[in-house]
Amino acid sequence: MKIAIIKYNAGNIRSVDFALRRMGLEAEITDDHEKIRSADKVIFPGVGEAASTMKHLTANGLDNLLRELKQPVLGICLGQQLMCRQSEEGDASCIGIFDEPVLRFPPGEKVPHMGWNQLTDPAGDLFKGVEPGAYVYFIHSYYVPLCTETVAGCEYITGFSAALHRYNFYATQFHPEKSGPTGQKILENFIAL
Amino acid sequence: MLAKRIIPCLDVRDGKTVKGINFVDIREVGDPVELGAKYARDGADELVYLDITASHEERKLFADLVRRIAANLNIPFSVGGGINELRDADVLLSAGADKVSVNSAAIRTPGLVDQIASGFGSQFVIVAIDARYENGRWGVYINGGRVPVDKELFSWAREVQDRGAGEILFTSMNHDGTKNGFACDALRVLSESLSIPVIASGGAGREEHFVEVFNEGKADAALAASIFHYNEIPVPKLKEYLKTNKINVR
Repeated sequence: MKIAIIKYNAGNIRSVDFALRRMGLEAEITDDHEKIRSADKVIFPGVGEAASTMKHLTANGLDNLLRELKQPVLGICLGQQLMCRQSEEGDASCIGIFDEPVLRFPPGEKVPHMGWNQLTDPAGDLFKGVEPGAYVYFIHSYYVPLCTETVAGCEYITGFSAALHRYNFYATQFHPEKSGPTGQKILENFIAL
Repeated sequence: MLAKRIIPCLDVRDGKTVKGINFVDIREVGDPVELGAKYARDGADELVYLDITASHEERKLFADLVRRIAANLNIPFSVGGGINELRDADVLLSAGADKVSVNSAAIRTPGLVDQIASGFGSQFVIVAIDARYENGRWGVYINGGRVPVDKELFSWAREVQDRGAGEILFTSMNHDGTKNGFACDALRVLSESLSIPVIASGGAGREEHFVEVFNEGKADAALAASIFHYNEIPVPKLKEYLKTNKINVR
């Protein structure tokens, strides 16, 4: 099993690597196109700001590469947002795997949405063995609305997409690598695809 | 629904947890990694590690420790202490910290908050504020509560929010160590005047204090140290108590 974690100018890429190691798996953190293309699984993590990160991805051709990948791909947090069409954060044009916008939370509650919140209607391969109402860890100020690609929802100020799936592309707004045993289960499900 | 967070705080010096610990099921008493993993298993929502080391030499040990914590912990954690410039935050981020907290350095160089927020995102920066209520106002202190500065809690909190802080960690020096409950009145004013989450610290002594801090203090998270370290209130028991009292916890 070859797992590639995409290396780019985003924070906390290591924590995904650490989580895989705890599961007895090894991954390579790389921006090498050939290594990414030939991996069995690709993880696109990230914490950071959308516009500047997109600029970096485009400059390195990683946006086109991601779009063309055929193996299972998992975007996490900012990774999920960048896989959408467009983000209100810095008015960034994104990769467009999911034809959805990324919006700023409207006023009403504290933003960032920070902490443990519950999954609604988790469905599909990624959430095998994960019960509705399971808690996972979120930390974000922008969100993807509920849409046809939503495979798990969450409720904060508004209902939004906790996870998306289309063809070989999967994405979570929450951090499975920081979500205790539930998060590990979700990562295991992804690896088992 | 978003859960209220329970956050044990671990003071670290020379790679060891400083406050006394008497868990029977921990082999290496005082190992911050092992203690953190135990809290994670017990259902703690997040951890705070504070480096109270003095010298630069020992700071390097702390970065190594942060790497070990990140490798072993499956819940988020923040680190604080000795973050004086952007590079210090960068080292800790690279080591695997989810957030950094800045306190005295933010007072001395407020632009540091802007720098960390724009460099790594607001979610990465907590501003910790130690304040004491005296002469009719909440005055801010630095250097571990030793030095008063010309700042007031509420206006300083709003300023750092505007500068990009993602969260405020407020410790009431009047309540810290008393075990008589949190500073709920000040916390409520603080929480209602801010658009970012507030972590309450100082005064936890009994389970009902946590109900008060969420219901009356409107805190988003509550932090404590000794009651957890000495096992006076185990995390699982606290969570059960909060659930019984209709507080939404994980």
